[in-house]
Formats: sequence, structure tokens, C-alpha cells
Amino acid sequence: MKRFSQLYKRLDSTTRTNVKIQAMTQYFGSADPADAAWAIYFLSGEKLRRLIPTKLLRQWAAEEAKIPAWLFDESYSSVGDLAETISLVVPEQESETTGSLSAWVEERLKPIQNMDEKQQRKVVTDIWHQNPAEVRFVILKLITGAFRVGVSKRLVTRALAEHTGICAEVIAHRLMGTWSPTPESFLRLSNPDINDAVISQPYPFCLAHSINRDSTPESLGNTNDFAAEWKWDGIRAQLIQRNSEIFLWSRGEELMENRWPEIEEAASLLPTGTVLDGEILATKPDGTVLPFSQLQRRINRKKVGRKLLHEVPVVFHAFDLLEEDGNDLRSLRWRQRREKLETLMSQVTNPHLKITELIPAHSWADWTEIRTLSRERHSEGLMLKRIDAAYDVGRIRGTWWKWKVDPYTIDAVLIYAQKGHGKRSSLYSDYTFAVWKEDELVPFAKAYSGLTNAELREVDRFVRRNTKEAFGPVRSVQPELVMELAFEGLQASTRHKSGIATRFPRINRWRHDKAAKDANTLGDVLDLLPGPSAGGGP
Amino acid sequence: MSTILQQTSRGFYCPQGDFYVDPSRPVDRAIVTHAHTDHARWGSRLYLAARSSEHLLRMRMSADAEFQFANYGETISVGGVQVSFHPAGHILGSAQIRLEYRGRIEVVTGDYKLGSDATCESWQPLRCHLLITESTFGLPVYRWPKQTSVFESINQWWRENRSQEQCSVLYGYAVGKSQRIIAGLDPSLGPIFCHGAVEKGNEAYRQTGVSLPPTIHTSHAEKSQRWAGAMVVAVPSAHGTPWLKRFGKISTAMASGWMAIRGSRRRRSFDRGFVLSDHVDWPSLLSSVDACEPETIWVTHGYSAVVARYLRQAGRDAISLDRWQRSVDHEEDGGTEKSDEEKSE
Ligand SMILES: [Zn+2]
Repeated sequence: MKRFSQLYKRLDSTTRTNVKIQAMTQYFGSADPADAAWAIYFLSGEKLRRLIPTKLLRQWAAEEAKIPAWLFDESYSSVGDLAETISLVVPEQESETTGSLSAWVEERLKPIQNMDEKQQRKVVTDIWHQNPAEVRFVILKLITGAFRVGVSKRLVTRALAEHTGICAEVIAHRLMGTWSPTPESFLRLSNPDINDAVISQPYPFCLAHSINRDSTPESLGNTNDFAAEWKWDGIRAQLIQRNSEIFLWSRGEELMENRWPEIEEAASLLPTGTVLDGEILATKPDGTVLPFSQLQRRINRKKVGRKLLHEVPVVFHAFDLLEEDGNDLRSLRWRQRREKLETLMSQVTNPHLKITELIPAHSWADWTEIRTLSRERHSEGLMLKRIDAAYDVGRIRGTWWKWKVDPYTIDAVLIYAQKGHGKRSSLYSDYTFAVWKEDELVPFAKAYSGLTNAELREVDRFVRRNTKEAFGPVRSVQPELVMELAFEGLQASTRHKSGIATRFPRINRWRHDKAAKDANTLGDVLDLLPGPSAGGGP
Repeated sequence: MSTILQQTSRGFYCPQGDFYVDPSRPVDRAIVTHAHTDHARWGSRLYLAARSSEHLLRMRMSADAEFQFANYGETISVGGVQVSFHPAGHILGSAQIRLEYRGRIEVVTGDYKLGSDATCESWQPLRCHLLITESTFGLPVYRWPKQTSVFESINQWWRENRSQEQCSVLYGYAVGKSQRIIAGLDPSLGPIFCHGAVEKGNEAYRQTGVSLPPTIHTSHAEKSQRWAGAMVVAVPSAHGTPWLKRFGKISTAMASGWMAIRGSRRRRSFDRGFVLSDHVDWPSLLSSVDACEPETIWVTHGYSAVVARYLRQAGRDAISLDRWQRSVDHEEDGGTEKSDEEKSE
């Protein structure tokens, strides 16, 4: 228990992802499997059943501290956290915590729920007196079910991958479903024989590069060498059906469980050994694609309610076939894969699983004209794919091209905020955004328009809670929020720290699906600068 | 019975002796408890203070201000009021002001703490009729850990940073807190550098006869200085500024009573927070009230309404002097938190 509370302290006292992963890795490395299993349980956000009403805890703490109830409440409202307030007001005694995390949970905490109030009080106050403040704080967090320490399941997965030496996809697969906190589960998790998990494995995603605004698509070559599709603004995903199990992976290598139930259901119609690459889009039954803001409503929901399912129906738009009958098709040419994809999809009838539409053309002029319709279709432009190319891994240039209407977009991290003017003068609504330069976030653009009022209020709350420092009216905040910025133009500049001047930056959308580390780099931004050839960038 | 001191918009005023204690605006005669700027303010004509605060006060005040100093325990008569200074244990030269007039005794604590401090004399209780006490940390969540264990963990942190080739940057208020920290550092671990404002405070301490381990002004460091393993004591406002760049890889920590609360540690994103305060915590506030046996208590400077209410319920005659209560939610405005810190340290 002592070691677990030290882990908590380390996780709690840093915002750096790598330090968090390192702390968890070290913990898993030296913990007993039974303890490690419980640690995974709590770190991934699972709770014990509410053991004791908080009203009683407050009352007992005030009595132990020999202070009146109103004074406890004053203290609580000043500290803002119940477990912390209790561990601070109840006088600390010379004490040393003994017992492992699993013994604590199973022998001391879980039995509390079956006790009467008198016994409960005895157990709880004994815990307070027999443990130093920082340990009883963590125990109280477990008791009150408010154990949150700023790690996601994905971070836990990465730490476990590091600890076991097994790749993150396999760990994610093994963590699917409800985690039962037993030593057996932990041993299964770290089993080096990964055959069980192979069936869930996705392929690395093929990424596209941007065609720079100032260069022409003609420079890519002949229209006959390319196929065109709409470039949609959704969630890139791989849909896998193997041995009747369905797996849906995002590009961030996250296994999206239960988030898109209609797609998972549709996928059961696919033959076994199928891997599709595509885009999840909010789509009306008549086929009209809804704006990204609609899809956003579903993105961070772990479980989707019936109302939302009805209001924001989603469709998996398949544009590539990577595996058929368990065979890897990636070395085939695009047109061969497309042919197989068309055959396969013609056998599947489900409104939530569709094949993308190809846009025929005789010349670049045709596509140029069609592309002007992008905005009204909620599309970002066209995707151009070389028809004789294999499915490339990573960032090999030249096979897939994004030909966006609005090519200057960058995912950046909000680092400073300032109150706005006029109607917005009470809200933090003027922001400074940064991109990565190696380990450092470099400010490169200011933006103050593009969010809805509800989003503005949410960012405002975030700023107030996450201020690191105030310099006059400006606050620096924890670098957590990622927004997609769009620009009218970009220019090299020696006057700016980033080396870039932006013209008319605005916020396109809030990327709830991205963490700070997923934001773009300064290199990506420099790639967008007008140059003689087509520029890169995600 | 009328009191010797009255609360006015400029601070505590004594009509009989025609002087103020810690006035908030310039006056003719000011008695000051200690050299922190929120207690010893600029612009008065004459300052009366404890002898051991002389160097600190002269460092902070304009050259044309007039001073008069008294040793601890020495009595001066001002307009028939017997005025004396007694150790408050807050910082070097900090004093409680004891006033006696026609058999009545009133004490202004200024900022104070109980327990020992290598850089100043310890607080001692003064029996009085009226006690005017501060309440910066007047909530039962504030209970200070033993200072020896705090210094142990500071040195341990320094040691760990040293082994990871990092420079330790420790923040504390320039006068008082920083020198107390420096006195508790283990100089065998490496060189101790100080921000300019801290180094100025060190000089005043040394001139007064307080011995501190050797320190170096950061801007007097050699060009070739390797910062890994060194300790830098700096003012909190340096946190997050380009001034820190020169030190390369750093680990930052703050030493303050506020660090007892997890939220204040997290909000300012220090790597570590050490709970080290120069004010009374909850238990010592209560025990000092008991030791002084006052008939009446005026509570000021902090959680005054909470403390006064608690004392009244315990059967004492206590009132809160602050017209405004410290905002309970100091999360609402990050600016407040900072000024709290400056005000209270
Ligand atoms: Zn002070």
C-alpha cells in the first residue's frame, strides 16, 4: 500500500507523460502480481462500490479532529477535496503503513460494505490513526471512489507494454472488456506468448501528404495514374473481423471498444479474416455526411445512449481492403485491392458499412471543378491515390495525396489564455497556441474565433482550473487542449520565435480526440510553407 | 474600558502615544513588527523597530527615512505608553509589539510562528489583556511537519537531482524564508547559488550576525559554471521565466505553507512542494492564544472570521478585524494566490 501511494504521488505531481509511464513501469516491475492487478484496476478508472456515505466520513473526521462541523466544512471548501481534507484535519500519529495493496483492498476495504455503522467507524478511524497522512489520503480516495490521477487507459497500456516488452496492441487487446483484478489476470497480461492477441492486431496506417496550395496537382503527373475520392473529416479507423471477433482501431492505436456499436454490429456481416481501412463519419440515412461537430458529440463517450445513437448515426466508409481471408493484401496495387473491396462490399448490406465513392475525371480540370463543391458536402477536398501503388507504411511520399480546399490546418496546443473584449470580457477567449519543437512547445499563433459559446465556456473553466502562472492578464495553462487551427496563409518570419508568421488564424475545431503529444510539430508547419514542390504534412 | 490601540483605515493607531503599528499608508511615526513590505511600508517619517531588523529595514527603505531601534525587551516610553519589542520567531528582527498604559497590556503579534528557527530568535508568549493575532493559516488543515524532516527531504531532493545531473531550483520568499532554507541546506552537497534579491537578503542577515553557509550571486557565477548538481535559491516569481534557461536541466520546488494543499502545488506546477512556513499553524495559533491568556482577541490577516468564530465557541471574547474574508476559493483567481503568498510570507 505504501508503494502504491508513492506511485500515486509521483503520478499526481507531474504532467509529463513520460514520467508517468516511467513511474507506472517501475511500479509494475516490482509489484506482486496481485497488487499490480489491483493497480491496473484503479488506474484505468474502475472503482470499488461506494463503501461509506461521505456524510458519515465528514462527521467522523470532524469528531476525530475535535472541530465543529462548520469548521470542517470551511476547511473542505478551502481545500476542495474530501479525502485530502480528512487526511489533513485528522491529527497524524507516528505510524507506518503495512500490508500490500491487494491485502488492503480485499481484507480491509471490501469487507467494510457489509459492516454496520459502528464497526465501519471503528475500521475507518483505525485506518486514519495507523497511517501517515499521504497514505491515508490515497486509501480515502479508494474508499470514496474518487481515485483519479490523470492517467488514461492508453497510458496504462503503454506502461504495461514497456514493463512486459509486449507490444501495446497486444496489451490493449488483453485489457479489453472488464478487468478482473486477480493475479491470474496480470500473469495472463504479461504472457510473452502473444498468439491469443494476434487476431486483434491492426496494420500500420498509410498516411497521406498535402498538396500545397501554391502548387498544382498537374505536377503529380497524369490523371490516369490516380483515383479520386472525397476527403472526409472524420475518424480514421481500421475495422477488423477475425474469428468472429470485431476490433475497431483508431489511428492513435487505440482500441475503440463499445464506442461505435452500430459499426461493430455491421462488421459481423464481414467474412472472417477481413481488415478494412476507412473513415468513421456521422452520416444521415440518405447518405449526407454531417459536419465533424456532430461526430464530436460521440467521440469521448465510452457508452452511447439511445438518443445519441439516433441523433448521430455513424457509418464506416471503407476505402481500402488490407486483409482478405486472412491474407495480407498490402503489397497488391491499389486498383487490385479496390476491385476486391468492391466485390466484398457488394455482398454486405448494412447501412452502417459502406464503400467510398470514386470520382471519375478525364482531366485535372474536372477534378478541380468538382473540388469546389467540397465545402457544401462537408468534405475537406479530394484524396488522390496512385492506382498502381502498394499500401505504404508510414510517410512514404507520393502514393496518397490530400488535396484540401483549405490546406493550412495544424493541430496545436493551447498554452496561454487571456480574457476577451466586449461580450467575452468575462471569459478566457483569446488563446495562444504552440506546436512541438523536439521536447518543447513553441508558441506560433494566436486565435480567438471559431469555438461555439458552449465550447468557450468549457475552455474558460479549463483555464481557471489549470493555470500555471499569471503574467498580468495572461495565464499560462497546462498544455492539454488541442485545437485544429486554419490559416489564410503562412510566411517565413524572422521576427517570430517559431520562424513563421500566420495570416488570419482561426480555430477550426476542438480536437477532443487528440492529446497534447499528438499535436503537430514545427516541422509539419514549415512543410506547409509555399515552396516549389508539393509540401508534406498530415 | 477603552483600548490603547484603535483600528483605523491606516492601521492600528495609538492616540495616547500618537503612533501607528504597521501602518498601511505613510504616517508621522510608525512602529513596525518586521521588514516584510506589507508590514514595513515606505513613506513614513520615523520608524521604530527591533534592533535586529536594522539591516533588513535599511536595505528596504529609502535613505532619508529616520529610524530608531530598541533591543528585544527594552522599554521605550512614547507619550506615556510603554513600548517594547519581543521576538516573534517569524524572520530575523521580527517582533511582537507590547504596549502598556495605566496597567493595561496589549500585544500585536505581527507575523509569527512557534518553534525554533536557526535564523531568528524564538517567539515567546506575552501575558496581555488584548492580543491582536494574525491568522494566515488559521484552518485546521494546516499543521506543519517537523522542520528537521522538511530539511531532510529538501536535502534528499537535492541529492536525487544531483545524481540525475539536474540543477535544483528552490523557491522561497526573498527575505526570511530563503535564509531559513539556506541555513537548513547541507552545503557538502554542492554549491549554493542565489537569485539577486535573495543574495541581498543574505547580506543583511550576515551583517546582523546570522551565520549562513557560503552562497554565490547567480550573476557572479563563472561563465564555465556547471549547473548540474548545484542548488539555486530563487524568488517564486522567477518560476517559468527565461531567467531559468541558463541552468539547463532543472527540477523546481517551492517552500511555503501553501504547499500543504495539493491543489496549490499542482496549479503552479512545481516538481515538488515543501511545507515550510514562517506563520503559526492551527494548533500553534490556539496554543499561543492559551499561553497569552488574553481577555480579548482581535483576529486579523487571513482566516480571521473562521478563527474568531472558533475562539468564541471556545468561550473566548474574539472578533475578526478583516472587513473582507480571504476568498475561500482562491482557485477562482490565480492572481490572488500569488499575492497571498507575497503578502503572507
Ligand atoms: Zn511577514
